[in-house]
Amino acid sequence: MTDTSATGGEPSLHIFSVLVENRFGVLARIAGLFSRRGFNIFSLAVAPTDDPSRSRISIVVDVHNTDVTQIAKQLDKLVNVLDITELQPESSVERELMLARVAASDAEAVRQVINEFGGSVVDSNAEEVIISVHAHPSELDLCETALRKFGILELQRTGRIALGHLGG
Amino acid sequence: MELTGAQALVKSLEMCDVEVMFGLPGGAILPVYDPILDSKIRHVLVRHEQGAGHMAQGYAHVTGKPGVAIVTSGPAATNIVTPLCDAYMDSIPMVAITGQVALASIGSDAFQECDTTGITMAVTKHNYLVTDPADIPRIVKEAFHIATTGRPGPVLIDVPKDVSNQVMEWHWPDEIDLPGYAPITEVDADKIAAAIELICAAEKPVIYAGGGLLKAHAADALQRFVDLTGIHVATTLMARGVFPDEDPLCLGMPGMHGNYSAVMAFQRSDLLINLGARFDDRVTGNTEFFAPDAKIIHVDIDPAEHGKVRRPDVPIQGDARRALEALIAKYETSGGSAVDRSEWKSTISGWQEQHPLQYEQADSGFPLKPQFVLEQLRDNTPDDTIVVAGVGQHQMWASQFWKFNYPYTWVNSGGLGTMGFAVPAAIGAKAGQPDRMVWAIDGDGCFQMTAQELITAAAENIPVKIAILNNAYLGMVRQWQELFYDERYSEVYLSPDHPDYVGWAEAMGCAGIRVESADEVVPAIEKANAINDRPVVIDFRVDAFEKVYPMVPAGGSNDDIILGPEGDADAKAKGTAPS
Repeated sequence: MTDTSATGGEPSLHIFSVLVENRFGVLARIAGLFSRRGFNIFSLAVAPTDDPSRSRISIVVDVHNTDVTQIAKQLDKLVNVLDITELQPESSVERELMLARVAASDAEAVRQVINEFGGSVVDSNAEEVIISVHAHPSELDLCETALRKFGILELQRTGRIALGHLGG
Repeated sequence: MELTGAQALVKSLEMCDVEVMFGLPGGAILPVYDPILDSKIRHVLVRHEQGAGHMAQGYAHVTGKPGVAIVTSGPAATNIVTPLCDAYMDSIPMVAITGQVALASIGSDAFQECDTTGITMAVTKHNYLVTDPADIPRIVKEAFHIATTGRPGPVLIDVPKDVSNQVMEWHWPDEIDLPGYAPITEVDADKIAAAIELICAAEKPVIYAGGGLLKAHAADALQRFVDLTGIHVATTLMARGVFPDEDPLCLGMPGMHGNYSAVMAFQRSDLLINLGARFDDRVTGNTEFFAPDAKIIHVDIDPAEHGKVRRPDVPIQGDARRALEALIAKYETSGGSAVDRSEWKSTISGWQEQHPLQYEQADSGFPLKPQFVLEQLRDNTPDDTIVVAGVGQHQMWASQFWKFNYPYTWVNSGGLGTMGFAVPAAIGAKAGQPDRMVWAIDGDGCFQMTAQELITAAAENIPVKIAILNNAYLGMVRQWQELFYDERYSEVYLSPDHPDYVGWAEAMGCAGIRVESADEVVPAIEKANAINDRPVVIDFRVDAFEKVYPMVPAGGSNDDIILGPEGDADAKAKGTAPS
């Protein structure tokens, strides 16, 4: 690749918001394309849009060592791909949801941590709580670190979704 | 009008002007074979499904129309994966129809079930699994549209058996509705202007003519552009014939086994005008050292090719013919170039004079040189003969020593390098151009992979001619082992006598001729040319030690090109890990 936009050793995450026809096998086509062209998927979220015949896929790609425009051009060649928007982190709204099962020997302390991140306890028993937080992915990273001291028993994140800033 | 899915499929193929299809029936595709009996479409019954795919490719290469192959599910579908991948790499328009187990059985590991759309996703431009017979006309129409427009390629339609048997109400869609598919063919005027600015200022320009020109039917436009600008042209392996080899401005083929003048013109150029080529590694060698001083104009209908290997100074997205027409118009209004290129032209002439392709045929006639066979074949066949090659030494010699003066006279497997391509592709080419002479030039290794399709050719009265350059080796591999593995020949010897090629040819219903010395070559060719009631195979026993030159050692710089055996020591020293 001669057209590399990122250099250095740090991962450089770009978000592709890809509008696709909601057809059998579309996700496999996209995943297969990434795999055979050697592009790395960092996270991926997919669901139908307000129009049930369309789905939107948010793909976060580590573009360190990869030409961003190549990814977009190769994606665009897929017949079921309708539109590709590349969202720069600084000009988009990003959110992700995290659920975690946390050992709650001190439930109140967990609740305090979660409150700081705008999250909530959605289930609990005598030994454990399940917390839910939705926030910017970097906030979730911090939240995850903060929860670690209690003991994370199980954790699931959705992968980020994003929309471009409104501007103006 | 009520039709079964199978009837609708065959009728849809007729609506798409399919004249011939190549195939072999089996369980899951059985319903479709019944209406084929009543169709005006010619069906050619192959002996192996790989043959069906390569025949469809050969047909597409010489007619420009999409080739059609039809096979059953499971092993038949996997057997056609190689041709699909070959067509995908070389951008050949092709539609493959595969049978599939009934919808309800999909996923149950049923007899002859395989995940055909999953397996072929990576080797097709697009594929379909039909789930409703009512969708068949739309899907067939879309498949042909996708296969033939933009950057052409293979499309597969997987048809479950129950869908073929179900009844639908026939309707042929007027429109194609593919919101995610809109190839851009119109060229950007600003880019054309920028390209003309570079062309007018260049001191050492050269045209890098690729297969996209043939797909765009741009041979005439290229000739006009060259006549106007006086710029030399190198034609890639996929583009042989798009510009006449006899034209004084033709440099021949660039790349690993290219003509010295073509390779060096690229290396020393200050402007490469790439028309429908993709900077393939066989052309560039080590990209770090490829055409280091050249600015790049890159015309390609597929924008993903821009910057994939080499960043263009002026990328032009669009159809190569339209791009050339726009370039011609702009060049004419710009007043042309005032740069004196006489020194560059004389440098190129010097290369051409000093380093032509060379070989020596001993007067005794032994050993018979493969290049001699090719020159005699070239000189004793009609000018518009269609030449089809497999992959290896014979392919490179064919490209080097034939004189291609017409477009669509050269058929080969370029990107994928599929051994065994020649025999079935030649049959497909002859089916598409029955009035033309079709010669396959094949290696003995390649021939053994797909020769059984000559039974198809004999049975279907498709009289192709096959010249086997029989050197008793997997010759290209042997050449690399000689140069890069200290002459340690590992598993490359095939024997000249096993099989008995003449006996084999005759057993398949073909004429068989054996040629062992130089003086037998022309009489054998004349005899073969006179046979039109069945295929002919000539077993040319050629020198096993002959190597293909020039040669750029794999992974090396094109500057390290070696011209003949005297450069072997250099090649051994410079040859890095071959790939």
